[in-house]
Amino acid sequence: MSNIWVICRKELSSYFSSPIAYGLMAFFAFVSGYFFYAATAIFVTRGMEMQMMGRGMPMDVNEWVVRPVLMNVSVIGLFLIPMITMRLFAEEKRTGTIELLITSPVRDWEIILGKWLAALLMYAAILGVSLLNMFVLFAYGRPDWKPMLVGYLGLLLQGGALLALGTFLSTTTRNQIVAGVGTFAVCLMLWVLDWITAFNTESWASVISYLSVVTHFEPFSKGVIDTKDLVFYLSVIFFGLFLSARSLESLRWRS
Amino acid sequence: MIRVEGLTKRYPRTVAVDDISFTVNKGEIVGFLGPNGAGKTTTMRVLTCFLPPSQGTAEVAGFDVVKQPMEVKKRIGYLPETPPLYPEMEVREYLQFVGRLKGMTRGALESRIGEVSKRCHIDDVMTRLISKLSKGYRQRVGLAQAILHNPDVLILDEPTSGLDPKQILETRDLIKELAGEHTIILSTHILPEVEQTCQKVVIINRGRLVATDTVENLTSRLRGSDAVGVEVSGAQPAEIESALGALDGVTAVKTTATKDGRARLEVEGQPGCHIRPDIARAVVQAGWQLHELHSLSVSLEEIFLQLTGAAQPDEAAKGDAQ
Repeated sequence: MSNIWVICRKELSSYFSSPIAYGLMAFFAFVSGYFFYAATAIFVTRGMEMQMMGRGMPMDVNEWVVRPVLMNVSVIGLFLIPMITMRLFAEEKRTGTIELLITSPVRDWEIILGKWLAALLMYAAILGVSLLNMFVLFAYGRPDWKPMLVGYLGLLLQGGALLALGTFLSTTTRNQIVAGVGTFAVCLMLWVLDWITAFNTESWASVISYLSVVTHFEPFSKGVIDTKDLVFYLSVIFFGLFLSARSLESLRWRS
Repeated sequence: MIRVEGLTKRYPRTVAVDDISFTVNKGEIVGFLGPNGAGKTTTMRVLTCFLPPSQGTAEVAGFDVVKQPMEVKKRIGYLPETPPLYPEMEVREYLQFVGRLKGMTRGALESRIGEVSKRCHIDDVMTRLISKLSKGYRQRVGLAQAILHNPDVLILDEPTSGLDPKQILETRDLIKELAGEHTIILSTHILPEVEQTCQKVVIINRGRLVATDTVENLTSRLRGSDAVGVEVSGAQPAEIESALGALDGVTAVKTTATKDGRARLEVEGQPGCHIRPDIARAVVQAGWQLHELHSLSVSLEEIFLQLTGAAQPDEAAKGDAQ
């Protein structure tokens, strides 16, 4: 357990001692701020329109602002994740520091779990920037915090799943760019997978749509925790970390 | 301390290490000698549990590298060919990380870092970024990393490569200092290094074990006969040759060079026969001038070439037979 934490701390400090962390946070602050602004602007105009038309229908902030922003953030995550995971193992393999890790009295799964945890915390820190926007909502309105919390939980689960796959891809190469591009391709594929199945009711289509990561995020964005989605994300996390462990082990037989 | 038996490491297309066996006792410094690509690094990687062997066993401190890797890893300090450093870390930060990774407690770690940094002469760069360090400092930080948790066994892969002559001397002294408390295996292709630092040599070539013995034994075993180099003036080389060839115990005389009227000869005598005094007397009695007389001992360099057949391919077989 303490070994996991040692690795995790080292990874986190190397994120924050390089410009990666700050760059990603700045990028995310900008993009999520933009989406937040757009959603709020729509909400405010719609609200004023409603009032002018004399129909004082109550409008839900969660429904109109929080949910679309969270949906957008989940897509931005697909772009951030490759940048977080690409260096995890590829860099260690390139510089040879992987030899230090493997010849230290640490188990493979401790190394993998530590690195994945660091990536997850990094991702959480980036997501944390968007909380600033949410605070604005609390200052000027009364949004419900519970669905919001569930939304962020969903983001973390989705991120965790993709980060696990990214971790695996990073173990397969010594080139960061290859790892990054590969992870991006996988993220993109898992995102767009359900587009082709939107109007298809055949059984294969439902399988493919089940694999799409964003489909499983939708209930979370509404504040719904569905066991089905929870199981999906947790199993992808497990699958990704399992593949990483196999891949790290195979390194010894091949290299 | 280290026992390797029938170790073989195969790759799809090549055999990197082929049936190597040797043992290293506690406190010994053993030099791994061999040309590049001979299988030194592979053998070391097996010992550090980085690679599993295809066949055979390796034991470190009584623990098998395949069955009890965690126990082995706890007892080993390893410096790979390129020191495993994180450029974005400060030296102290890096050593702290390594210490924690090796399972050291905080208190022990702090005092040990102080000790090790003095020993490896890196105490003046503790707060510098590793990326800003020179090659020599990096190598020393790598060494500090290897000895940090005070392991029983130290495995150093070319610890002096890339250092300047002064640093090489310092590193060698450090390694010698470390012997006794640690058992050390170091690999190198620099021969004087082995002669100066190691008690025992393991010579590997193309994955096979060529010889394993102490440095002295190897030298005397391979010398075979007593060879003497002589430089004489005052007569024709042929004349000198026949005069020296007639001495007791001399088996062969050969003129290797003549310059400014001086003849250089190599005289071989039977083992155990001390022919040098006789040669001196013979030269002086004949009224020639004796300029030089020295024993031609075989250097480790020649042994190495003989054994690995790098220079003369047919010599390798002879070396093996001997």
